[in-house]
Amino acid sequence: MYNQTEIIKDTSELGADGELVINMGPQHPATHGVLHLVVTLNGETIKKIEPHLGYIHRSIEKMCESLTYRQFIYVTSRMDYLSSHINNLGCALLIEKGMQIEVPDRAKYIRVILSELTRIASHELWLGAMAMDLGAFTPFFYAFREREMITDIMEDTCGARLTMNYIVPGGLMYDLHPDFQKKVKAFITQFKSKVTEYEDLVTNNIIFQSRTKGVGILSAEDAISYGCTGPVARASGVSCDIRKIYPYEVYDKVEFDEVLETAGDSFARYMVRVKEMNQSIRIIEQLIDNIPEGDFVGKTKNVLKLPKGEFYTRVETARGEFGVYVVSEGGTTPHRIKFRSPGFSNLSVLNHISVGSMIGDLMASMGTLDLVIPDIDR
Amino acid sequence: MFSLEGITTNVQDWLLMKFNPTMALAIECVIVILLSISLFALLGLVLVLMERKVAAHIQIRLGPNRVGPGGMFQTVADTLKLIMKEGLVPDKADKFLFNLAPFVVMMVGMLLLAPIAFAKNFQIWDISIGVLYISSVSSLSVIGILMAGWASNNKYSLIGAMRSGAQIVSYELSAGFAVLTIVVLTGSLQISEIVNAQQNGWWIFKGHIPAVIAFVLYIIAVTAETNRAPFDLAEAESELTAGFHTEYSGMRFALFFLAEYINIFIVCAIGATLFFGGWMPLHIGNWEAFNHLMDYIPSSVWFMGKTFFLIFLIMWFRWTFPRLRVDQLLNLEWKYLLPISLFNLLLVAVIAILGWHF
Amino acid sequence: MTNEEIKEYITTLAPAATFDETGEWLNIMVTAEELKPLMLALRNAKTQMNYLFCLTCVDFKTHLTMVYHLSATTHRQSIVIKANLNREQPSIETVCDIWRTAEFLEREVFEMFGVHFTNHPDLRKLILEDDFKGYPLRKDFEDPINMIKL
Repeated sequence: MYNQTEIIKDTSELGADGELVINMGPQHPATHGVLHLVVTLNGETIKKIEPHLGYIHRSIEKMCESLTYRQFIYVTSRMDYLSSHINNLGCALLIEKGMQIEVPDRAKYIRVILSELTRIASHELWLGAMAMDLGAFTPFFYAFREREMITDIMEDTCGARLTMNYIVPGGLMYDLHPDFQKKVKAFITQFKSKVTEYEDLVTNNIIFQSRTKGVGILSAEDAISYGCTGPVARASGVSCDIRKIYPYEVYDKVEFDEVLETAGDSFARYMVRVKEMNQSIRIIEQLIDNIPEGDFVGKTKNVLKLPKGEFYTRVETARGEFGVYVVSEGGTTPHRIKFRSPGFSNLSVLNHISVGSMIGDLMASMGTLDLVIPDIDR
Repeated sequence: MFSLEGITTNVQDWLLMKFNPTMALAIECVIVILLSISLFALLGLVLVLMERKVAAHIQIRLGPNRVGPGGMFQTVADTLKLIMKEGLVPDKADKFLFNLAPFVVMMVGMLLLAPIAFAKNFQIWDISIGVLYISSVSSLSVIGILMAGWASNNKYSLIGAMRSGAQIVSYELSAGFAVLTIVVLTGSLQISEIVNAQQNGWWIFKGHIPAVIAFVLYIIAVTAETNRAPFDLAEAESELTAGFHTEYSGMRFALFFLAEYINIFIVCAIGATLFFGGWMPLHIGNWEAFNHLMDYIPSSVWFMGKTFFLIFLIMWFRWTFPRLRVDQLLNLEWKYLLPISLFNLLLVAVIAILGWHF
Repeated sequence: MTNEEIKEYITTLAPAATFDETGEWLNIMVTAEELKPLMLALRNAKTQMNYLFCLTCVDFKTHLTMVYHLSATTHRQSIVIKANLNREQPSIETVCDIWRTAEFLEREVFEMFGVHFTNHPDLRKLILEDDFKGYPLRKDFEDPINMIKL
């Protein structure tokens, strides 16, 4: 990527006014992956942040052009690996929309339950990682205790703990594990009893609050202009929950609230995610006892051919709006595929919200943006 | 009753019998140096293991449990690994300062060991200005850290060192004022006299509220002075990768690591001496039987028990709180802790003059 | 706001625009020159298209097509604006002064398709190396090392 000489050249150019340029990343504890931020500092104050991407770019969009409609779903698990199930769901929905495939109710219910479990798991990981960015190590282990139960459920159900690949166009790959309902209920009980621990340890912690309140403020207008979605935009008061606005699967049959905060700072983003976990639990509780009997996969042809045209679907991942845009020429593979990943837009706002704040604030802002680098780099 | 006093007197008598006084003093010096170095090594092993076990307990996990019974030899294995690692020096680093820095930090720790009373009459150097000596020497450690940060030729190190400089210099004040409250109550700067003054009760009990306030201030200030979370801004691994010791590896890194734990031990030992009576057993008023029973516990056990309790307290902080931001850190000191400690000093002076303390 | 109203409004702004309603959303094809003023009007006038949720480019082998997916947070009506560019010298005016999110998305399209965005404040490679040759997402791109044969 950027070789040594270029980095030093940058430094001397910008360093003339007493500014300090540091390369945060590609290996840095707070970037959670291979994000490379070139940060211009004046003392401890940030003057400019410039992301350099591409360290984990695999050109998934190009790869998908040579994969059939059955195959390309599973590549998307590797993008936002924390919401892999929801990514798969978005792609499957697109194919089902394009070919008018009927999906059995049972599959729909299970897809939604697993989506919400994925969301909780993702937020749990974020909670731990973000607290760690702020220097508190312990919440990480508390969050992982609950996340572990979800990954166990996923392992039983899909055979994988992280990249689920459980969805096929038309339904699911195979039926549920017999213990699924029992385990999910056990998880809900455990989660509800432990949520107060997070509040004691993190939310009500005076240092945590002073580190996050009023830090990285993003106004509603800027959130829309920067294309921010998900908890980042909702913390600024922008209603953007795809599950509410354009309901897919059975989200129109369940009751849940779109969590909105108005402050737009890091603490608001934190609160949105914590409250969202509770909403996800609410959704799961409504569905878990009502999974209808029947087929888990609808009737599809062996070879899928999307009709000529353009298709777009969007789903709400743990990070925001995930869109799939497919241009089909009528063949077995897409002509062009574009993934609108939430992380990419959320990253673009980083410079805007952290200029003028301190290095410590950058950790709070970046932590609450919840960046997953493969999702940004695709 | 077991006491270390006998050993020291016997050794001195024997040496004086065999050699002339100068020679005996020289040999005693060598013994003391050897003892303090081995104490350092031992403390490093014990405290690192303790930290990992405490952290594991707080974080609902087991901690090291493979090497030796209950993971007891984990730190030995780690030390072996660190010794065998290559000590890299960055290309454009200031080699002399880079190599010197860890030793400066270590030396400060060793110097601080001198006036600490480990047990009854078991003290290296009962200097008459013990408390003053401690506060002056402990402020030297910042030089080592600044040296490391500057010499590394690394921007992260530099930022870490600058943070650390601002932090240690500020929190020195609160720590100093907290120590002064006890000096006011005792009327002496000598460690042995401060301990003896607590024969009928520890200052934290006898000194009313000002002593409690002073203790809280002291614990906060020394946590900051030793660069421990929530004040570990000099390292701040999520912001500055490893702060001032980013470029250090192998044994040089191990020395920084060791110095951190030694410093914790020393500040906790001083805290225990000032507020919890050092090696003084717990005595309660007129309960003769109880006091007598307490006297049976050796004084060294009392001292170590109190010190390790305070160390546990500081470890507990670290694994519970997030890190402060640098401006919040300095605000906390200059806007809150310093005014409080000044007022507290005034209060304790009034109490001492009027003789309200027990 | 219905599709008809939007169509009517767009016709007044860009008479040459063609419409396609076979897909899920209203597709509007404009020329590259017309695009910027139309976008500005769509953002600021009664249509209030304040949310650019997808910006990309498609290589049709004969030409490139810029695709802008617009939506509004008020009335939630989505439309798609398209502009054809020639493959040799693709160039179009930037929209990143209208929607800030376009800054990064256009940089991505710039390096992947070689579309030049005029007036873009910082048109540099975002993902690829600075000395990378070729435009990877074009159909005729061939990488001798990591071969993907279609």
